[in-house]
Amino acid sequence: MLKDKALEHFQDEIAQCVRCGACQAHCPVYLETGREGSVARGKIVLAAALLAGEIGLDERLREEIGLCLLCGSCTAKCPNKVPTDAIVAAIRRRITENQGLSVLGRGVAALTGGSKPLLGALVKGADLLAPLLFTNIPEASSLRLRFAPAALKDRSLPPLPKRNLFARVPEFLEGDATQPVVGIFAGCALTHLYPHVGEILVRLVHRLGCSVFLPRTQGCCGMPATSSGNGPLVASLAKANAGAFAGRALDCILTACASCHAMLTGYSPATVHWPAAELVDIHVFLLRQGLGKQLAARPKWPHRFRVAYHDPCHLRAAGITRAPRDLLRALPQADFVDMEDSALCCGLGGTFAAAHPDLSRAIGDRKVAGLRASGAAVIASGCPGCILQLQDIIDRAGLAVRAMHTLELIDQALTGPPP
Amino acid sequence: MLTEHILQRLASIVGPEHVATGTVDRITHSFDATQQQFLPDVVVHPGTTEEISRIVQLANEERVPIVPRGAGSGFTGGSLPIHGGIVLVLTRMNRILEIDPDNLIAIVEPGVVTGHLQKEVERLGLFYPPDPASKDFSTLGGNIAECAGGPRCVKYGVTRDYVLGLTVVTPTGSVIHTGGRTMKNVVGYDLTRLLVGSEGTLGIVTQIILRLLPKPEARKTMLVAFASIDGAAQAVSAIIRGKIIPTTLEFMDGAAIDCVRRAARIDLPLECRAVLIIEVDGDRALLAGQAQKILDIVRPLGVLETRTAETAEESEAIWRVRRSVSPSLRALNPHKFNEDIVVPRSRVPEMIRLLEAISARYGVPIVNFGHAGDGNIHVNVMVDLDQPDMKDTVRRVLDEIFRTAVGLGGSVSGEHGIGTAKAPYIAMELEQPTLAAMQAVKRALDPNNIMNPGKIFPPDIAEHTGCAASPPPSLDPYHA
Ligand SMILES: Cc1cc2nc3c(=O)[nH]c(=O)nc-3n(C[C@H](O)[C@H](O)[C@H](O)COP(=O)(O)OP(=O)(O)OC[C@H]3O[C@@H](n4cnc5c(N)ncnc54)[C@H](O)[C@@H]3O)c2cc1C
Ligand code: SF4
Ligand code: SF4
Repeated sequence: MLKDKALEHFQDEIAQCVRCGACQAHCPVYLETGREGSVARGKIVLAAALLAGEIGLDERLREEIGLCLLCGSCTAKCPNKVPTDAIVAAIRRRITENQGLSVLGRGVAALTGGSKPLLGALVKGADLLAPLLFTNIPEASSLRLRFAPAALKDRSLPPLPKRNLFARVPEFLEGDATQPVVGIFAGCALTHLYPHVGEILVRLVHRLGCSVFLPRTQGCCGMPATSSGNGPLVASLAKANAGAFAGRALDCILTACASCHAMLTGYSPATVHWPAAELVDIHVFLLRQGLGKQLAARPKWPHRFRVAYHDPCHLRAAGITRAPRDLLRALPQADFVDMEDSALCCGLGGTFAAAHPDLSRAIGDRKVAGLRASGAAVIASGCPGCILQLQDIIDRAGLAVRAMHTLELIDQALTGPPP
Repeated sequence: MLTEHILQRLASIVGPEHVATGTVDRITHSFDATQQQFLPDVVVHPGTTEEISRIVQLANEERVPIVPRGAGSGFTGGSLPIHGGIVLVLTRMNRILEIDPDNLIAIVEPGVVTGHLQKEVERLGLFYPPDPASKDFSTLGGNIAECAGGPRCVKYGVTRDYVLGLTVVTPTGSVIHTGGRTMKNVVGYDLTRLLVGSEGTLGIVTQIILRLLPKPEARKTMLVAFASIDGAAQAVSAIIRGKIIPTTLEFMDGAAIDCVRRAARIDLPLECRAVLIIEVDGDRALLAGQAQKILDIVRPLGVLETRTAETAEESEAIWRVRRSVSPSLRALNPHKFNEDIVVPRSRVPEMIRLLEAISARYGVPIVNFGHAGDGNIHVNVMVDLDQPDMKDTVRRVLDEIFRTAVGLGGSVSGEHGIGTAKAPYIAMELEQPTLAAMQAVKRALDPNNIMNPGKIFPPDIAEHTGCAASPPPSLDPYHA
């Protein structure tokens, strides 16, 4: 796994970069800045210079290394698959080791792991915290940090849920003995911000006959910590999460958040004894369980709306692009359109949106043209972070479009008004 | 290092946020796709022709080298600051200023990415044909400076054929306008043609008037597998004699097919030693007939199999075979020397056979593919430089390849330019008086030799004509 390898051990990957520049066409940050330091190629050259001792971790270097969404778009199109996101993450860890955490990084640490009471609050999922998230504790939520505190006052936020996911569903739901036993890793966003989506996730899987285990001791996946270069915190979150699922025989562990999926698949086996259960994205799982056919067999609604899909970078990078589309195509209440630039990054990028709110928005606004041209009334996605960011992009552009999780549409299809 | 005074004047021209002298910025502007590295003293991102004119005047007064840079995707070192100085990055100047469907022209700034312009004009039913493989990231300024070409050039020609006029800042800082908005224009010397392909040594292009075409309605892709490279080459000639000009005529030789075969399952007959990928475009109603005619022409020439794409996906599958060549080369050896020779179309088979002989003689794999329709062969010499004496072997192999190409009436570079990488070979092809004429032009426009110095002309020639010498080419290869 590349996730916690030190920069020194990336020599070979760095040498694979042939400086062709192809990544320029795909890097969301470069498309905005047009500066060589923003793009994968520039960062790889800087990584090489760092290893050669030609430069130090000075302020300019920290700036350039900060300008990365860890989206993996460059790697996907790179002829040699140079893992720039992993290399940037390694440089960020080195910066942290040498110079300590940034203000933002300290915020992430305080919220997702560092300070006992908040860790406890998040991990145990206290009902208390949810209503406070965006009102009484202005700087005190990992969600806030991920979702651009600097720009929070004038951005679109979902209505604040009163009860989090753990207060809505039991820890274990017994299913059909012939069906898989699945664990669910909900992640911060589906636990606290969009708990109704988390609830759909749990209940839908249960409805399909599975036994569902949602351990209360799961915490943050560690994406914000990775983004801010906090290696030790990532390691301790990984351990805590592995522990949460240990001790129960599971056929698989499901995620409905692209970023969580990417983080969990990247946990280092050297430091974490992750349960043997396979990690599966919810879209892939539902198709496997035959939900696509079930949906397609339902009578089409007479009044349908158009739905487009946004590829979360972290699903695209894992090669999961067809499953969500297959599910959306099968929906009886909507007509799927593949919008132009569906794979363009929304601009959120871990702590990127918090550190560079203007740039993050400029990157996100590139989605508007394709979305408008698609004529969609709904844009679905498989990542709560993207959904939050997309709604903000849509509202600023004044479009009449709703950003929704694919799961919400599936739930609508199964429970909505009969046609 | 540049004096504080010069840096201050640069900052006052473009604004301090667009002038960078820190090591980080110098390092990120020290390379191009040749993988060589030379540090500039300062990196400047100008925004207007006026700013560029003032910067060049300053550079000329102070005798500071100045190197224009687009996307830095060049394969021959054109944007490397080999003598330090100013790297002038044109990516901020990336506006499409006008698309005029009545006169079929587009006016753009030099930092516009080729593929971006193509997308925009195609929305309006128009077409900008030049399609270098780097079109998704290379800039039009860079395309013009290198006269970039691509597979479509069989039918549509290269960048040169689409440039109607230019705004250029000359090496002394004057702003000149060449050509214009009209298809016809014979007033004075054709400076447009002189500047296209001048590799940033005669001035900085700051605005471009491009010719457009109506977008062809449809296209059709075919793959034809041959038992020998001769069959494929005869097919190319036969098609052209048959009065059909396909959009593209791409070939892969036996070595390339072997590489692809090793890397992935492709269903080509085992005896297949050459592949042609042929594309035709035009009115939908005419395409099926054209495709059939081509297949009829080639069938007697040792064809093992033909495949015609009926859908966009099938066409994509055919192109994927061609695109999978480059990535598959790494299995042969870690280091790649990618040369871009061109020979008269009819001599492609002879060239391939000679390349096979060179490969056998030196014991290094050479894989060839490219644009059969115009004789442009991408020759990939695959080596492991860690083997003893390999650097020397590579030098001799390359030397022999270029000599052979020139011997067949060809050229050492079809589309990548000379820069520093090919400078040692230019005299194989151009006679002394021709070189002297070129250098006279250079000296007349750039008396102080500040504009991208050390490019095109090799050290020995440059020395006795007064153009600053380029360093000897280093053998930094691409890792395949
Ligand atoms: C993967 C890959 C595939 C490629 N495929 C092709 C291909 O199919 N066909 C082909 O022809 N080339 C190809 N190239 C080479 C390269 O992309 C072209 O030469 C391209 O035109 C360079 O454009 P650029 O913007 O990157 O220019 P740069 O590399 O930045 O500069 C190239 C030269 O142009 C000069 N220059 C740049 N902008 C200006 C300006 N505004 N005014 C004056 N001079 C300027 C520079 O000084 C330099 O000499 C390929 C390169 C790569 C990496
Ligand atoms: S696409 Fe890959 S190999 Fe090419 S410059 Fe970018 S990182 Fe390097
Ligand atoms: S990971 Fe994304 S933001 Fe970072 S360099 Fe690659 S494409 Fe750019």
